[in-house]
Amino acid sequence: MYGYSGKILHIDLSTRKTWVEEKPESWYKLYIGGVSMATRLLWENIEVGCDPLSPGNPICIANGIFAGTPVPVGGKYGLASKSPLTGLVGDSLSGSWFSIALKRAGWDGVVIHGASDKWITVFIDDDRVQFRDASKLFGLGTFATEEAIRAELGDDQVRSATIGPAGEKGVLFANVTNDGRQAGRTGHGAVWGSKKLKAVSVRGTHGVTVADPETLMQLSFQISETSQGPYTAKYRILGTSTNVLNMNKLGLLPTRNYQEGVFEGAELVSGEYLDAHYKVKKIACAQCPIACEQMSAAPDGPYKGAMTGVEYECLFANGPNLGISDLRVVIKLIETCDQGGMDAMSGGVTVSWAMETFERGIFTKEDFKCAKYPEGFEPHFGNAEAAVTLMEMIRDREGIGDLLSKGTRRASQIVDAERGTETYKWAMNSKGLESPGYDARGLKTFSVGVAVGTRGGCHNRSAAYDPDIQGEVDRFSIDDTRGEIAASSEEYAAVYDTLPLCKFIRRCFTGKADRAGAWPTIAKLINATTGWNFGYDDVELIGIRAHTIKKAFNIREGWKRADDDLPYRWKHDPMTKGASAGHVVTDEELEYLKDLYYAAKGWTKEGLIPKAKLLELGMDDVAEEIGV
Amino acid sequence: MVTSTSKYKYVTCDPDKCIGCQLCEYICSFTKTGEFNTYRSRIRTIRAEEILITAVACRTCENAPCVIACTRDALTQDSNTGIIHVNAERCDGCAWCIEACDFGAISINPATKLAEICDQCEDLEEGPQCVKWCPKDALELTTPEQRAQRARRKLAKEEVLGS
Repeated sequence: MYGYSGKILHIDLSTRKTWVEEKPESWYKLYIGGVSMATRLLWENIEVGCDPLSPGNPICIANGIFAGTPVPVGGKYGLASKSPLTGLVGDSLSGSWFSIALKRAGWDGVVIHGASDKWITVFIDDDRVQFRDASKLFGLGTFATEEAIRAELGDDQVRSATIGPAGEKGVLFANVTNDGRQAGRTGHGAVWGSKKLKAVSVRGTHGVTVADPETLMQLSFQISETSQGPYTAKYRILGTSTNVLNMNKLGLLPTRNYQEGVFEGAELVSGEYLDAHYKVKKIACAQCPIACEQMSAAPDGPYKGAMTGVEYECLFANGPNLGISDLRVVIKLIETCDQGGMDAMSGGVTVSWAMETFERGIFTKEDFKCAKYPEGFEPHFGNAEAAVTLMEMIRDREGIGDLLSKGTRRASQIVDAERGTETYKWAMNSKGLESPGYDARGLKTFSVGVAVGTRGGCHNRSAAYDPDIQGEVDRFSIDDTRGEIAASSEEYAAVYDTLPLCKFIRRCFTGKADRAGAWPTIAKLINATTGWNFGYDDVELIGIRAHTIKKAFNIREGWKRADDDLPYRWKHDPMTKGASAGHVVTDEELEYLKDLYYAAKGWTKEGLIPKAKLLELGMDDVAEEIGV
Repeated sequence: MVTSTSKYKYVTCDPDKCIGCQLCEYICSFTKTGEFNTYRSRIRTIRAEEILITAVACRTCENAPCVIACTRDALTQDSNTGIIHVNAERCDGCAWCIEACDFGAISINPATKLAEICDQCEDLEEGPQCVKWCPKDALELTTPEQRAQRARRKLAKEEVLGS
């Protein structure tokens, strides 16, 4: 086999045993890599109903087919566990060196079982595995942890995926960081923390060989050249923060916990303003010629010296969504999340829930007592110091930070049960995962895309907002085409998440972000790497299978049609200002859209998957377990 | 600060342009070995801190310390190009050249145990492949004098235009 070693490394933290599982080529052809293979490994290695924070929840890492080759943006891996935030599949992707080191060490995937009784790191040194004491690393931030491990092992080429203090303490939206990039969502950091696993480090010294290097080099060079042109200009020049002004114009920029979709301070938190005032350096993931990460720093003010990469989702969540119009504060908030090792989207949206709950008089100053402010403080929207303090309290689970560390769904349930309130009405999440920076009230196609998402409130697994924003459909109304669009968009995204290739390359094949433009070239890349004979339809099936295995996992865990839902606010509270004012997605609309979507997928009305459908995809054992 | 005293061309990296993507390492290792392995690259990227990134290859020093350090006379410097050649018959992988190099530009091939040094792809008509592939045009094959000329030109523009 080219492109794969055929080997999955299993590591048991409880027994400190390791073993190698060999997988046949046919298995790789079905699940490929990235989120698809990671979820498949999860499917194979977990007991149904397992508590996500118990030793039985495995950490499943799946490498990419192109990692370690010059295929642009192919240096990514998928990470899957059962999510402590949603109780369903938690799948994330992260870019850069970690995946490449793992490929060169000779592993297609790693499954980590059990739990350690003291803090450790796992060091995968080519084909050897060491369990190393992590007591000196405990409490360190993510970047510091990586550096400390490199110093300890004396090799700059050791790459680590780590958790920060948030993961150690069990913040339910803690994440996993490698090389300054994050497997950001669904709470992987909490799973690692529950196993007392501070980091997985890898040194891979072997070369990567491919079936047809000449073709691969030639195609890669072309794509790399194209990626310096107009098709990626958005990402290269301003980064995704360029969305701020556009979303504001469309009335979709979540402001003050999604109360409105326009922000009066949008100019001051725009990608343009960031570029002119705070940008210090553009950096790339390994193997990426685009370099979207806009490293930005606060040059002055109370948070002087704070530095981090800024992109749209983290920016909206910690800027407009908190009523904050000072990018230096936004940089500080994102840095707190990145170094602390937690999801800055869920972090921002949870802080905004707390701020609204305070402004509505349910939380009072008393509720915000902490070491720094023993008398408490008043977290009004726009209060920068309150936001920063709250984020630090979440990271450390100090005071009310303990409640907030559970995310908006659980926090609102707890408060409502204790105080007889209805704070769930402004808890912005789907399935427990905090919502993205695309307000679904003004994006009706996306409203079903985000409601049915297998990992919850996410902008990344469904790009159904695209036809809404591009004006291909009327974004304020629904019709019978939307189920098909949502299903198709999800399967399209899943191809990229499985190879994985970063979606930012999607227009560099022929100029269009569609299947016709990309699939033939992607098939050639796969064939040049592996020696297989994939065509257009095979590429399409990669995405369908990836999505199906995730859905199958959720069904096996007890998913029901009612779980495909939107936050209460998107269904009941219209915005009063801006271009999307006056709209909601009613329950009636949502249920109709779900009907359309399940039909487009070829599923039952209840959203279950027919056996025949699974057999068609070659997923016979899955059909056996959950097919109807 | 350590600076090369070369009059020859060598591959340089502009740290302002470098994004740390490592494509140069893939291309170098593939060109030299037929496989993708950054451990086998003769140019190396380094991210010293989050935003401090550059790439380093042989700087073709005059009176090259690596050549002087070699106890077996395995290293020789081409007097026309400045390129350091390694005589595989004589090199025994002792690594004295690595110790002598102030730029960390030499490595020992783990398989053959021989020193490996950037040769600017002198056998290829289109020159260094890393330069060809660098997506950000951060890499260049130039002499220090060429770079100085360009710096002066830039300075002149800045001072005249005041920008």
